[in-house]
Amino acid sequence: MSLVSIEAASSGGAPALPSRETLARAALAIAAGAAWLFFAFVTENWPDVGEWGRGPELALAAGGFGGALVFAGLLGGFFPRGAERLRRYTPWLLALGLFFTLWQATTAKFALLPQPFFPPPHALVEVFADDWPKLWESVVASIRLELLGFVAGALAGFVVGVSLGWSRAFGYWVHPVMRLIGPMPSIAWLPIAFFAFPSSFSASIFLIGLTTGFPVAVLTWSGVASVNAAYYDVARTLGASRAFLIFKVAIPAALPHVFVGLFMGLGASFAVLVTAEMMGVKAGLGFYLQWAQGWASYANMYAALLVMSLMCSGLITLLFRLRDRLLSWQKAEVQW
Amino acid sequence: MVSLAHDISTVPGVEIAVKDVSHRFDLEGAPLPVLDRVNFTAQRGEFVALLGPSGCGKSTLLRLVAGLEPPTQGGITANGEPIAGPDPSRVVVFQDPTLFPWRNVRDNVALGLEAQGLLKLRGARVEETLLLVGLEDFAKAFPHQLSGGMAQRVALARALVNDPDLLILDEPLGKLDSLTRLSMQGEIVNLWRRAGFTVLLVTHDIEEALLMATRVIVFSERPASIKADIAIDKPYPRHRDDPDLVARRREILGLLGLDASW
Repeated sequence: MSLVSIEAASSGGAPALPSRETLARAALAIAAGAAWLFFAFVTENWPDVGEWGRGPELALAAGGFGGALVFAGLLGGFFPRGAERLRRYTPWLLALGLFFTLWQATTAKFALLPQPFFPPPHALVEVFADDWPKLWESVVASIRLELLGFVAGALAGFVVGVSLGWSRAFGYWVHPVMRLIGPMPSIAWLPIAFFAFPSSFSASIFLIGLTTGFPVAVLTWSGVASVNAAYYDVARTLGASRAFLIFKVAIPAALPHVFVGLFMGLGASFAVLVTAEMMGVKAGLGFYLQWAQGWASYANMYAALLVMSLMCSGLITLLFRLRDRLLSWQKAEVQW
Repeated sequence: MVSLAHDISTVPGVEIAVKDVSHRFDLEGAPLPVLDRVNFTAQRGEFVALLGPSGCGKSTLLRLVAGLEPPTQGGITANGEPIAGPDPSRVVVFQDPTLFPWRNVRDNVALGLEAQGLLKLRGARVEETLLLVGLEDFAKAFPHQLSGGMAQRVALARALVNDPDLLILDEPLGKLDSLTRLSMQGEIVNLWRRAGFTVLLVTHDIEEALLMATRVIVFSERPASIKADIAIDKPYPRHRDDPDLVARRREILGLLGLDASW
């Protein structure tokens, strides 16, 4: 294997040894490939203790992936830039290959983990392969509900927060109500919401909105209240109207705070989303989880959890992107 | 609100008359007097330096002239019209540049025109003013990328773009390093001589007042009252070693009770 790298490195004609870095890169890629090949071997050749589908397909895919990694490691010397990019992922790929092998061995092969509560990898593959229409439908339903509630709650919270920061009369009436209702977990409203609203869907939008709205309102309010008073002086001496002071001074200055509230609200709203779907809404990933549990289909539950984590992570990523666009004037803080 | 100063725009500058102005702050119910019967009139196109110990209340006087607060007693007029509130014909440059961090340099300079709804009509003034303060290459930079001197130049441009009749400078060079400070003193004097607006400069730097102003008003400790009103009838550019200015400096130091130093 290293012979190829040596040949590649000696491009000038005079034989030169490949750098230690090149060798380490190649070794890591090959080790990761070997782990995946071993995973494929274990999956295919060791006998299963139970009945799970899609083992051969998984073995084929893992074997192909492992072979490709080994191949990339061998040829890495020819494509230093590609190899460098691959180098970023190979430690994780190696760890994942080992983890999948361990998972496979402790479940399907030796049943060291209690069955049927810990299904093997190919059982999850089976779920994704056979049940994807239902999973997809659930994801779409969850995202729809989440976004409707989140956007409604964020808008309401933003308006309330700006008004609290700006108007004393508004604060007199709204502040006590917010102090009373805001800190309470919105899920507590669930039993009431489900009969007070025409449908469990609209009730859930209300609950998600309430969860999102509270942190957004508080953080927006504190953002507006903490705007440097000198900004207002500057704007006023330059002829700014009241509307200009609100929309062109207070709100942009408060925006970093608003985003902290949006992140808190989004994180909290996921909990409400899943609970609402488990308790009453007849769609979405929470409902899918509940349904899978009813049938004791543990593989389906793990598959749904995986999809749910991807969905939540994706939504948080979108919010980070939006923040980076709107607050590009700030020095970058957290990289998500 | 259109002040009289706008109507007679053929003559630059504005006459600012401060009549018997006293002012106090309410600190937890206990009144704190900061200005004590201050009287003076700045003529059109005059460059008046307000000099005094720090914390004596000179900056408060500027806030009153800018119309950001009404005086507790007495009145201030601009060309004979009482000042009832802030107006873009009287702009302030503060000690801190207080640029809006979410706006780039160009948009910060355009702030006044935008607030008055004049951006479409007079947008070209933004580029002209950036050129005037030498920041045309930094139009797209954000405030956190600027040095202190550059940021203060942007603040100056943000004021000048409105073609003010009165430029109110509240220790604008106080936080700059001494070299930047010297060059900006010269620049401000040049801008004033070209445009002809009236300037009120608050400073506690005697040299700065003597180098820049046509008139220096010396204030006492808080509550501030006028101790002396000295005309500086010297051509520009002035030199700090000019024997007349050195004599004036000694005189002012004496007024401030600091004649033992220097």
